[in-house]
Amino acid sequence: MKPLLEVESLHVSYSARTGEVCPALAGVNFSLNPGEILGVLGESGSGKSTLASSLLRLLPANGKVEKGSVHFEGKNLLEASAHDLRKIRGGRVGLIFQEPTSSLHPTLQVGRQVSDVLAAHENLDRLALQQKTSNLLASVFPADADRISRSYPHELSGGQRQRVLIAQATACSPSLIIADEPTASLDPTTQQEIVQLFRALRQNLGLAMILITHNPALLAGLADRILVLYAGRVAEIGPTSRVLSSPQHPYTAALLRCLPSHLADDGAPRKPRLNIIPGDAPDLSLQGTGCRFEPRCTERMEVCILNEPAPVVSGELHEVSCFKFAG
Amino acid sequence: MRYLLRRTLHAVFLLLGVSLLTFLFSSLTPGNYFDEMRLNPQISPDTVAALRAQYQLDRPLPIRYLHWLNAVAHGELGFSFAYNTPVAPLLWVRARNTLLLTGTATILAWLMALPLGVWSAARLGRAPDRVLSWATATLLVVPDLVLALGLLILAVRTGWFPTGGLVSVGFEELSPFHKLRDLISHMTLPVLALVLATLPMLVRHIRASVAEVLDAPFLRAARSHGIPDRKLLYHYALRAAANPLISLFGFSVGTLLSGSLLVEVIMSWPGLGPLLLEAILARDLFVVIGGVLLSMLFLVAGNLFADVLLYWADPRIRTAASAK
Amino acid sequence: MQPLLKVENLGKQYPARKSARAIDNFAALDAVSFSIAPQTTLALVGESGSGKSTLALCIACLETPTSGKIFFEGIDVTALDQNRQLLLRPQIQLVFQDPASSLNPRWTALDIVSEPFLVQRRFSKPDRAVRALQLLDRVALPRKLAGRPVGELSGGQKQRLAIARALALEPKLIILDEALSALDCSVQAQIANLLVELQSSLGLTYLFITHDLAMAAHLADHVAVIQRGRIVESGPARKILSSPTHDATRSLLAATPRLFESPREPVSF
Repeated sequence: MKPLLEVESLHVSYSARTGEVCPALAGVNFSLNPGEILGVLGESGSGKSTLASSLLRLLPANGKVEKGSVHFEGKNLLEASAHDLRKIRGGRVGLIFQEPTSSLHPTLQVGRQVSDVLAAHENLDRLALQQKTSNLLASVFPADADRISRSYPHELSGGQRQRVLIAQATACSPSLIIADEPTASLDPTTQQEIVQLFRALRQNLGLAMILITHNPALLAGLADRILVLYAGRVAEIGPTSRVLSSPQHPYTAALLRCLPSHLADDGAPRKPRLNIIPGDAPDLSLQGTGCRFEPRCTERMEVCILNEPAPVVSGELHEVSCFKFAG
Repeated sequence: MRYLLRRTLHAVFLLLGVSLLTFLFSSLTPGNYFDEMRLNPQISPDTVAALRAQYQLDRPLPIRYLHWLNAVAHGELGFSFAYNTPVAPLLWVRARNTLLLTGTATILAWLMALPLGVWSAARLGRAPDRVLSWATATLLVVPDLVLALGLLILAVRTGWFPTGGLVSVGFEELSPFHKLRDLISHMTLPVLALVLATLPMLVRHIRASVAEVLDAPFLRAARSHGIPDRKLLYHYALRAAANPLISLFGFSVGTLLSGSLLVEVIMSWPGLGPLLLEAILARDLFVVIGGVLLSMLFLVAGNLFADVLLYWADPRIRTAASAK
Repeated sequence: MQPLLKVENLGKQYPARKSARAIDNFAALDAVSFSIAPQTTLALVGESGSGKSTLALCIACLETPTSGKIFFEGIDVTALDQNRQLLLRPQIQLVFQDPASSLNPRWTALDIVSEPFLVQRRFSKPDRAVRALQLLDRVALPRKLAGRPVGELSGGQKQRLAIARALALEPKLIILDEALSALDCSVQAQIANLLVELQSSLGLTYLFITHDLAMAAHLADHVAVIQRGRIVESGPARKILSSPTHDATRSLLAATPRLFESPREPVSF
């Protein structure tokens, strides 16, 4: 099966006002098959949002793709013409940004904002457009779709706004959805509903998804594979169950250990302290040699200070960039 | 709805307040028309006394004000001593002339400023934007007086345009088409002066408001859905930047009667400006009050208009207003 | 022992317009009662819109309840006049969810922490600077960040700063309104540890408002579940979270994402 998306050696950097160039992604490689859900696990400073924006060339003015390629359905998005790119955005690839509140136009009705997406890609007359918009909204809002269509974003709850974003992203039946922290500001019940919605979308539309989040538990029931991003580099990539149950990279292991020991009902005394990863998130503006996780790694070796590890196969479909596994 | 009613009520109170203040101030200025009249040997002191009694200038201030207020409510704005005619028709004619000028200038200025401002904001920091910014800054710095005088000199030197006035001599005998042409040729320079005076500020405001919105997350999200650039600029960005611009438009409407005094005086345009100037110098009380009141009416109406537009255009204001 | 905070039948109603004529009262809080023993942590869990934040604001004296009483160290706070309430305020501090919007990004870290001193007019100028730096030490914020504008700090650092500011006036009760929710997992762990350490060294009491049950289970001694403005279940954390009796609690537990399908399977490394 030919991969739907192939990202090779993606390097993205930002230039600060002072002229300094700060690398945000330093050589990201991965591929995605049709209908597959890839979870990108990363914390602040890992470059996850940069990844979401750079795939469709939506970086802010000071961001730049230094090198690499993004092949989607056979075409390199980084070299596509402006016209082709516009057709792909929203048409073949749907994007759901962070913060549903600020991703919607404040003074346009949400129904209009959804139909605008349809109008941008499909040649429909007014009636057909209206019909398709109501169908779309009905698919994400089982009840009340009409009233919601006439509402403004500030009249909706966080969960409702998120659903509108999903409706916009899936409007033109894309083959890939990229979602950046889709459940970040939502409470557990609403989160659960959104997760169900994603599952249904995958099932009904055969959608592939890149789900970016900092919460590993979110990916547990949803993603097929997990890519762990640290300091703009792929630390580890492999099947979800393996990455979560036996993480290979020290960062992944440390991250999973940080989570509060889940609702322990085994009578064990409550641990007074959570495990932490010592130190702070890496400052990407500081250039350095060696592994970016090394300063915080409990298993660091001499070689980690001098060189950056390359990806090594450590299991079925499982790759990790760490000197522990190098030959 | 209640929000709008409240706003209208505010406006009415404001107008009443302004009228009182104007009446007060002009009554308190030293000297009145009758003092000058008394110096005129052709008018007998009895006539003066009779006139004074007729206008009740001997009664105390509050009574005079109430009488005047009552008259205004009936559409009567008093009598002009200098022109020897009722104030109201005098004001209407002059106000109409002014509105012709400022109305045209405002519409033209906005029609030009919107695309310029949006175009400039879309190319922020790049060469075309820099050139436009420089041009608007230069125009802003040049005083209106200099602009108007400059255009006047142009008219005098080249003879392409008339040097003043509303219409030429012998206007009545012209055919309708020629009448229109004559009017337009007289209007061109004053309108140009007004447009040059207001355009730079409008362009800069529009550019600033739109530029601020272009960075917003929702615009980036809309772009990610493949919405074409033109739609993004005019339907999404401009709409989102509308609030401060609507207020600005209200201000433009509000200054329709008061913003052109300088240009009218220099270009001899028979509008409200020159009338008010003469009336002040001649202590023509009722003309002054009437003129100021009319200008204030427009200002208040302009603000009210902006409020109504904002209420209509921004759903968040509607929600906030109904929550009160 | 007397509870530090006791809330009795607290109610808060907001007038909400249903139409141009009818004004219905929307009850954000309805007969809420609970108490917190000194130096313990009570977790208040509930969904968005359940009234958690309204409760926080009422206890911090930033909103006036429409009915009921709040007792702090035995004193009826709701019966106090404005001035006396002001005297009590320093003892109850709030830490909010979003440090980006609760801290002025242009101020330096030192300014933020010194602000409470300025407002309450305590200590001389040099004293303030010293105490401010000490507060930064307490929350493990490196001193070199003291002079940096807040906008340059990371999320975790900002939240530490918010906690330092809350500690400035030596409070007895700190209300944490979703204070960890916006942070990355590893940072949440660091801040949670900080909170635990501060509680034991300074004898603090926490009201921890959250919808993250896992973190509540870790930090709290007691849990109260709030739904639509009413407390539907409360008791020791262990008991409530392992054997919930109310539907609201059960659905929250069910909705909490787990790393593994069966909650009993341990995470192995």
